[in-house]
Amino acid sequence: MELLGKTNIDFIGKRNIAFVISSIISIIGIIGIIQISRGAANMGIDFSGGTSMQLKFTKPLPIAEARAALHKHGIAKAELQEIKDGNKLLIKIDKNTSLALGKAADAVQTAFKKEFADNAFTVDSSTEIGPSIGDKLRKDTLVAVVISLLGIILYIAWRFDLKFGIGAVLSTMHDCLAMIAVFYIMNKEINLLFITAVLTIAGYSLTDTVVVFDRIRENLHKNLKGAMHNIFNLSINEVLSRTIVTSLTTFMASVSLFLFGGEVIHDFAFALVIGIVVATYSSVFVASPIVSILETRALAKQGEKA
Amino acid sequence: MPNGTGWRISLIGIFILLSFLYLTPTLVTTLPSWWKGLLPKDKIHLGLDLQGGTHLVLEVDTQKAVEGTLDIVATDLEDTLNSKNLRFKRIARTGSDKVSVVVYEKGTAESVQKLLKDKYPGYEQSPAHDEGGFVAFDLRINDKDAQDRKDKSVQQALETIRNRIDQFGVSEPTIQREGINHIVVQLPGIKDPQRAIDLIGKTARLEFKMVREDIPPSSASIPEDAELLKERIVDQTTGAVNEIPYVLQKKSLITGDLLTDAQVRIDSQFNQPYVAIEFNSLGAKLFDQATAANVGKRFAIVLDNNIYSAPVIRERISGGSAQISGSFTEKTAADLAIILRAGALPAPVKIIQNVTVGPSLGQDSINKGLYAGLIGVLLVIVFMTVYYRLSGLIANWGMVLNVLFLMGALSALGATLTLPGIAAIVLLIGMSVDSNVLIFERVREELKLGKTPKAALDAGYDKAFMTVMDSHITTLITAAVLFQFGTGPVKGFAVSLSLGVMINLFTSLIGTKVIFDLALHKGNIKKLSI
Repeated sequence: MELLGKTNIDFIGKRNIAFVISSIISIIGIIGIIQISRGAANMGIDFSGGTSMQLKFTKPLPIAEARAALHKHGIAKAELQEIKDGNKLLIKIDKNTSLALGKAADAVQTAFKKEFADNAFTVDSSTEIGPSIGDKLRKDTLVAVVISLLGIILYIAWRFDLKFGIGAVLSTMHDCLAMIAVFYIMNKEINLLFITAVLTIAGYSLTDTVVVFDRIRENLHKNLKGAMHNIFNLSINEVLSRTIVTSLTTFMASVSLFLFGGEVIHDFAFALVIGIVVATYSSVFVASPIVSILETRALAKQGEKA
Repeated sequence: MPNGTGWRISLIGIFILLSFLYLTPTLVTTLPSWWKGLLPKDKIHLGLDLQGGTHLVLEVDTQKAVEGTLDIVATDLEDTLNSKNLRFKRIARTGSDKVSVVVYEKGTAESVQKLLKDKYPGYEQSPAHDEGGFVAFDLRINDKDAQDRKDKSVQQALETIRNRIDQFGVSEPTIQREGINHIVVQLPGIKDPQRAIDLIGKTARLEFKMVREDIPPSSASIPEDAELLKERIVDQTTGAVNEIPYVLQKKSLITGDLLTDAQVRIDSQFNQPYVAIEFNSLGAKLFDQATAANVGKRFAIVLDNNIYSAPVIRERISGGSAQISGSFTEKTAADLAIILRAGALPAPVKIIQNVTVGPSLGQDSINKGLYAGLIGVLLVIVFMTVYYRLSGLIANWGMVLNVLFLMGALSALGATLTLPGIAAIVLLIGMSVDSNVLIFERVREELKLGKTPKAALDAGYDKAFMTVMDSHITTLITAAVLFQFGTGPVKGFAVSLSLGVMINLFTSLIGTKVIFDLALHKGNIKKLSI
């Protein structure tokens, strides 16, 4: 079976549209990073410090009632989120509460026990992170991000020449920024698992890019006649079905995680799904056009000299 | 058999055998009796997020340990000077690293300084100076000793906590030092985390102090050598808390480090639990002297600055046993006995991270993770079979090998499986057929050029090799970094991912190729099902 027959799509010709879309996504991603570093995004407590709990009630509990109950017991600044499946409630209290660490979780339980005596609950999970741990995790994560991106860039630099290297690095960064942009816009929590997903995609996104690059290089060496533009388009069209199929299998695995993996890794799986889609797009619409521009420019310079 | 397939088939066979060997304890609920000796017995370790439990990070307030040492030096010095009839005005710890001594005359100062030089050679003395008509000087602990004391206090705290947890009874706890002053405690499968946290976090400094009945607790000015502490009485039926203040002598008669044993007993008269304690010989002697000298007076039993009880000494108590009564339940009495037996922490600890996962959520996560994995496997298998037909089946075989080897490797290495770790395995299901997709597409292309199946296959594997390597190496880079910097669940993800990537390289380049080689060996296959 073949997914796509012989295609002849002018990918490089559409680069301007692609660049506009990708620039917007990247800018949102950069804004997201700035907001994250300012702590203004929806930060997970593993970075910001604080308390988060997941409670499982026996009966449905309207979120407004839960909020009112907490308010009544002096827990004013709490973020509540309902998990539809199984009467579950997520509660997040940041470190700027008047309650000392270790007391917030107790206070929440006491409040609910008093206010909803007929609706018993069990504590599914409870996490308390002191500010010093949050600082340490933030620092460690930053180091991890820098080192792994550096590692990938060094590998790319060794594997490709400068032009392809620039294309690969930019498209990898684009993929990371796009994931951050989506999470930032959807106000989803930025936590350690999300960063893990971003780094995983940073490593993975290269697969698709390499598939396309290898073919472009091959065709460049073959000295096919025609403009640079055409060689790039031909190469992308030649490997289009494998670019899609390779992503498709990983995509299917992540989607099943997203749909059936449970609430704990729901967002993590979501980040992977986004990442895989964006990585496929970027190998065709970001990485290749950048290299084509660089190659054309280099060629023009050579022409001037001659 | 074609050249070079023999060793590959044996290698795959050995790996399959080893994987099943290491997975047997996980898959079989009760191991047969002949399963012993060198055969592996460990199940795959589950992270706390999967089996439920509590992960704590404690910070030891090491500065307090240094201050505690200086407090002891100050008390000790008081006793020495008293016994030598050297009169002093005040000896106390000041700040975080000094004991200051104030005496009346220069002559005394000189003899005290000489005495200190012999007794505490490691400490630095400041020259004596005039302080409001008295002679004052400091005894300072040097930085190296202070550092040493801090370091030891973390080690001691770790031992004490381990002791308490062992006595509390948690199966397979992990207690480790991390960094300079952090202790990581993992309690898998614990049912009452709050109780364990209370038990671990208590400093448990037990002191016996005299009550200063000459000063009313409501008094505005409490002398420097006294302090105001409270006794909390909890009504067992109503839960109401009643606090009674007492003024106590700051200096303690006896401290908890002189205990040899502590046990829960039940008072036969009131049916109330109490904790019976036994002193060692020094403690027994001190307790005997103190009770003899203070018959009719009141003393207080103080734990971490909370008074447990303040009984009147009715008679001299020899023999070195005493009891601590208070408003105990059986559980709180049992916990108090444990921490008294295990001893006090050398310095207070603070819980800076507490992650608790209930057992039901853990089981739920395992079920859902496995379910998602199964669906992922099915989707990929169906897709690959439809898209690449027989070759797709070979790719699926590679993927199944991949998962089997990965699980085998996880249990062989004693790695910990976390929920993100399961996610990594599911992700690898997709990634493992990726490599085969790259190879197969290449083979299709070569076939279109008119090559024979064998030539096309060899060329396909050859040309796709670098591309497959690229994606694996970059993923491995991130996985390695995540392993180095990640903690808990993220580390589990990195472990599964990096092992999986390495295994995947093997199965996709060797595991599937060998099947093709075998199939094409006879040379009578004219058309490749791809």
